[in-house]
Amino acid sequence: MNRERKAFSLTGQGLSLGKKLLAGPYLVWMTGFIIIPLVLIVYYGLTDKNGAFTLANITAIATPEHVKALGLSLVLSFISTVICLVLAYPLAMILRRRGVGQKSFIVFLFILPMWMNFLLRTLAWQTLLEKNGVINGILGLLHLPAQNLINTPGAIIFGMVYNFLPFMVLPVYNVLCKIDDNTVNAARDLGASPFQTLVYIWLPLSLPGIVSGITMVFVPALTTFVISNLLGGSKILLIGNVIEQEFMKGSNWHQGSGLSLVLMGFILISMALIAKYDKNGEGSAF
Amino acid sequence: MKKKMLVLSIAAAAAFALGGCGGSGTAPESSGGGSGDKDGGELYVFNWGEYIDEDVITQFEEETGITVVYDPFETNEEMYPIIEAGAVTYDVVCPSDYMIQKMLENDLLAEINFDNVPNVDQIDPDYMKMSQAFDPENKYSVPYCWGTVGILYNTKRLEELGVEPPTRWADLWDERLSGEILMQDSVRDAFMVALKKEGFSMNTSDEGELQQAKQALIDQKPLVQAYVIDQVRDKMIGGEAAVGVIYSGEMLYIQEEVASLGLDYTLEYVLPEEGTNLWLDSWVIPKNAANKENAEKWINFLCRPEIAKANFEYITYPTPNKGAFELLDKEMQENQAVFPEREALWNSEVFSYLGDETDAIYNRLWKEVKSN
Amino acid sequence: MTRAKQLIRRVWQDFYLVFIMAFLYAPIVTMMVLSFNASKSRTQWGGFTLSWYTQMFASRNIINALHNTLLIAFLSALIATVIGTAAAIGISSMKAVPKTMLMGITNIPMLNADIVTGISLMLAFIAFGISMGFQTILISHITFNIPYVILSVMPKLKQTSRSTYEAAMDLGAGPVYAFFKVVFPDILPGVLSGFLLAFTMSLDDFIITHFTRGAGINTLSTLIYSEVRRGIRPSMYALSTVIFVTVLVLLLVSNFAPRRKEA
Repeated sequence: MNRERKAFSLTGQGLSLGKKLLAGPYLVWMTGFIIIPLVLIVYYGLTDKNGAFTLANITAIATPEHVKALGLSLVLSFISTVICLVLAYPLAMILRRRGVGQKSFIVFLFILPMWMNFLLRTLAWQTLLEKNGVINGILGLLHLPAQNLINTPGAIIFGMVYNFLPFMVLPVYNVLCKIDDNTVNAARDLGASPFQTLVYIWLPLSLPGIVSGITMVFVPALTTFVISNLLGGSKILLIGNVIEQEFMKGSNWHQGSGLSLVLMGFILISMALIAKYDKNGEGSAF
Repeated sequence: MKKKMLVLSIAAAAAFALGGCGGSGTAPESSGGGSGDKDGGELYVFNWGEYIDEDVITQFEEETGITVVYDPFETNEEMYPIIEAGAVTYDVVCPSDYMIQKMLENDLLAEINFDNVPNVDQIDPDYMKMSQAFDPENKYSVPYCWGTVGILYNTKRLEELGVEPPTRWADLWDERLSGEILMQDSVRDAFMVALKKEGFSMNTSDEGELQQAKQALIDQKPLVQAYVIDQVRDKMIGGEAAVGVIYSGEMLYIQEEVASLGLDYTLEYVLPEEGTNLWLDSWVIPKNAANKENAEKWINFLCRPEIAKANFEYITYPTPNKGAFELLDKEMQENQAVFPEREALWNSEVFSYLGDETDAIYNRLWKEVKSN
Repeated sequence: MTRAKQLIRRVWQDFYLVFIMAFLYAPIVTMMVLSFNASKSRTQWGGFTLSWYTQMFASRNIINALHNTLLIAFLSALIATVIGTAAAIGISSMKAVPKTMLMGITNIPMLNADIVTGISLMLAFIAFGISMGFQTILISHITFNIPYVILSVMPKLKQTSRSTYEAAMDLGAGPVYAFFKVVFPDILPGVLSGFLLAFTMSLDDFIITHFTRGAGINTLSTLIYSEVRRGIRPSMYALSTVIFVTVLVLLLVSNFAPRRKEA
């Protein structure tokens, strides 16, 4: 009996070692294509053309043109995030109350456009917003003056909201679905007004979803260069455009890497904020 | 972006219990696309967008058995880092004058073996001479097209706005044209416009002059509808803007297109009085080219008069190939919009490479314009 | 609450839903309509045509890009699924500290901005001397796909009980046999959904491909980007329509197909 036990535990150990080895290829792969590339960015970001250590690429963020680009990125992505939240919250509330069949149908309709290529969705807005585009065509038919829609910060916000709205709706909706009706009813029974229920029940309970929705919209909006390129007529320079151009046009990789590091810093900060509000990981995807 | 898609898909899976997952993971269909096994080897060509007649490529492939891999670029500035990094190796590239100089100075180009390019004698000696500005001994480049930069304007739209047709770069600062101007989205071209307007050389590296040009561009920015490159052509044809800065070679195509679409406006091209950029795009072979001989075959093929003519008729950029020029009908040869008299270009300049430091200044100032 | 009030509320809600749906679908419907417009103009109807579709299918560039996109999506999803599933099993048998570390690495590509991931991969390929092309796009896609597989498989692994596996071995099954007979069926839904996710991610990616592509190779995303920068062509509308309809059909089929197992 005793011997048998021992034998068993031995195989157990051997097995678990063997199992751990299964992570080997993964570890090698991720070291090669995640860790080393990131180390390279750090290396490029902290050196100059001759390979000497410098902080100039990082501090370059403080030059007026970079501050403007970063500031504009922050402002536009902030506005887009707020709009997404304002549009998404009522939508999620409405969805939550619908019957199961209807609910999944609406969610389906909602997700469908997102399976299309992201560039085609942005292209669609270009078609609508252009000077001789569809919207101005309709305005013309109504004998209204044509509007200058494309190549403005507004067009970029439009593009951002359109592309990222579902990333706000879904986490909020997932969290709202978990809220027990009884909690809400109890509050109402105790005399809370709809507004009070919203502020004291709905919002606090759905906070994890809201927070994760915010990052999911904010981070891609902050770092985009595609939307600003396609809807901004290259007149609007976001921090993503600056970085992309350093690599694709300016051929100053050190500068581009330095600015990428700064951008990563901003992302890390927002992640840290999320972690603070979302300790249980309720709002996350998993 | 990624994480968000994940949420989406998970929500999708949850909403519909995507258990059946059947069809979506199917193997990709094998398309018949690749013309595949030819024994002439390969040739990687890197050229401007819409800068060749695709039939010419096909003809080259058929004649030589070489498989051409063709990639377009939009600007010289976008092309350079790709060649410099060397992670993608092209065999033959078509940059402009100043960029060839930059590539030469940074030792990125291979000498062309002219024994393999006998047709180079078809190139008008004038252009070989012009090349010497950036390729002093004519050892590295073979001219492909040349041209000027000018202003394209929509006569009807200008009439509606009550603006007289532009004659100078300075007319692009006319406030009545607010939202009607298309500028070039490449640093040297944009600065050329501003520098010429201010009366400076487009090859200046004087910081004061550049600052003045930068300020001019910033002042102009509210009037500009968009900074574009190849889109100028389609946007002007579509009537999106009243004036646009454009390369001369697009003119013939545009006029044909306007006529064939039966549009109720015409587009005219003007060479600004202050002088403009005279440019020359030439074929060069990067040092790391893997198929140098094929590249020489390619250059030789394009220099053949009939091919150069067919190509000219498609892309409509002036050809430096005198053999091809002689094959054209008289009317075309005398078309001033396509082949302007050299006298008309007396105050035009060719870009030259100004060194890495000046390049950096240009880039920084351009960024300041864009971020303003 | 009175009936009337409830009704008004309902109407408002429906109105809001319709408003959001209009916002979502207006651009798509517009593109679909324009794809049949004989005139290139976006404001004038020049008659019905299918020529943009024939033009699209005749274009070597578009067909090649489609082929590349599907091939890369399939291969990268497949390889990522193999590596990722193995990794998930390995990681789940680890102690807390290495587990947290490895999961941390897994999270990097998901949390990082795509532009940074793309640039870092590009720098690495250049540093390693790997020439850019099909292989670099494939490697990049596998890299960002692995985390999705791991994160889909991990929860399923947590649910499987170790005792059935041990029971199988007590009954004389070898570890590999026991794994495929006992554990694998349990985690299969996770593996499949990981594969699908990876496939979708790869299809949708533009930014990382933009930085890691090489000579003469385009995916649909990079092709569309360069086409759009050159001016919009109606064949792009046709392409959008085809993609949209394909996605619609695939989703409907997978939705109405008989359920095998709850996800």
